[in-house]
Amino acid sequence: MKKAVQHIITPPLTEESCMRLMAGDSVLIRGSIYTARDAAHQRMVQCLERGEPLPVSLDGQIIYYAGPSPAKPGHIVGSIGPTTAGRMDAYAPALIEAGLKGMIGKGSRSGTVTDAMRKHHAVYLGAIGGAAVLLAKCILEVQIEAYEDLGPEAVRRLVVHDFPAVVINDCHGNDLYRSGRKNHLRSIRHA
Amino acid sequence: MKQIHVRDISGAVKNLCIEANTCLGEDVLNRLRECRDRESSAIGRQVLSQIVRNADMARDEAMPMCQDTGVAVVFVELGQEVHIQGGNLTDAIQEGVSEGYRQGYLRKSMVRDPFDRVNTGDNTPAVIHLETVPGDLLRLTVAPKGGGSENMSTVVMLPPSAGLDGVREFVLNWVERAGANPCPPVIVGVGIGGNFEHCAYLAKKSLLRDIGDRHPDPFYAALEIQLLEAVNTLGIGPQGFGGDCTALEVFIETAPCHIASLPVAVNLQCHAARHRQAVL
Ligand code: SF4
Repeated sequence: MKKAVQHIITPPLTEESCMRLMAGDSVLIRGSIYTARDAAHQRMVQCLERGEPLPVSLDGQIIYYAGPSPAKPGHIVGSIGPTTAGRMDAYAPALIEAGLKGMIGKGSRSGTVTDAMRKHHAVYLGAIGGAAVLLAKCILEVQIEAYEDLGPEAVRRLVVHDFPAVVINDCHGNDLYRSGRKNHLRSIRHA
Repeated sequence: MKQIHVRDISGAVKNLCIEANTCLGEDVLNRLRECRDRESSAIGRQVLSQIVRNADMARDEAMPMCQDTGVAVVFVELGQEVHIQGGNLTDAIQEGVSEGYRQGYLRKSMVRDPFDRVNTGDNTPAVIHLETVPGDLLRLTVAPKGGGSENMSTVVMLPPSAGLDGVREFVLNWVERAGANPCPPVIVGVGIGGNFEHCAYLAKKSLLRDIGDRHPDPFYAALEIQLLEAVNTLGIGPQGFGGDCTALEVFIETAPCHIASLPVAVNLQCHAARHRQAVL
């Protein structure tokens, strides 16, 4: 197995920058990312189906599947860890086609999504589910961009610094959930 | 008769909601630390260290350890010598949840209808399990349960012929299938027996036990240990990145059942294993 490396990535991502990311690599994200979950995805895909522009351009962007807890007074955001990505599988291919290059969540993706990722050179990153205070500390700015009525599910633009994630699915067809487990079992058998 | 005012019940529930979501139990934290120190996968160790660090930060800053502050599940043991004053018990609990989620800046995740999906705005209604017991105490346990791990839970009605092996296989396959979705390391709550709805309740209730608390029956205690070892040979590891620590614990609760049935429920609980208790 190739040794995992650490990358610093700054959206917007290009095809080339995505191609360098391999399953198992860790990344630190610097710059803007957008939050969106179930309801916002549904609206964005409806937008595309009607041929309307999206409320934010997703060209080269990263969507973080997350809905924060409310910010306490004096804070810009509450706790904010990833939610289960599989719920967005029905919508993700359309957004990838619309230019989306990265997704951050937890849990496995469907074949349709990973096929779209291969075709359009996008990546799926995992953040630690439940590490929501730690991740909140990487957020410097928060701005609601669309669908404010959705509360925690609104689309927010986050400016992040060194937001940590791990590449789960790269655009070459590798999947850390499969390879990580297989390599671990092999290593303990040989230990 | 002992008199307990609804105001005191609401107040207690409010505090429990906030404490449960911000302070991970020492038992869970200690097990996480042990697993971190033992973990043979480098990325697994990293994940476990961050989970521990996150829990420490959540407690120190009084922030919810996970943004999904869950459905508020409230277990109530009501002593039959207790008289509730000033209103009714259910309303008092819902009031406490509403206040706790608002004042604690906890996320409101409840929708009023499965299809129109309009948020109720205060995380009510809580799911309440009420049991009457002898005595004059009122015991309240608040156990917020996140959607990610709850979605990876199940009930099956096995034929009695499936036996112990059938149950073991079912639980293992289920944890394997859940993979990274329930935020491993998980706690595996298993309900065996009862009927369709009762075994699900047993699985959930088992999650209230402290880490390391074994089933009082040595047979089931041994089965818990055996299943935990088996789950931890799956290799799923912390967050599903590969590693030794897939589960922190396996708890089993059982009940008598029908001659024709062997109901089994698996309720997966993520590492944000939150529950807090108060006795009035
Ligand atoms: S499964 Fe648990 S740790 Fe993971 S996001 Fe849900 S509540 Fe948080």
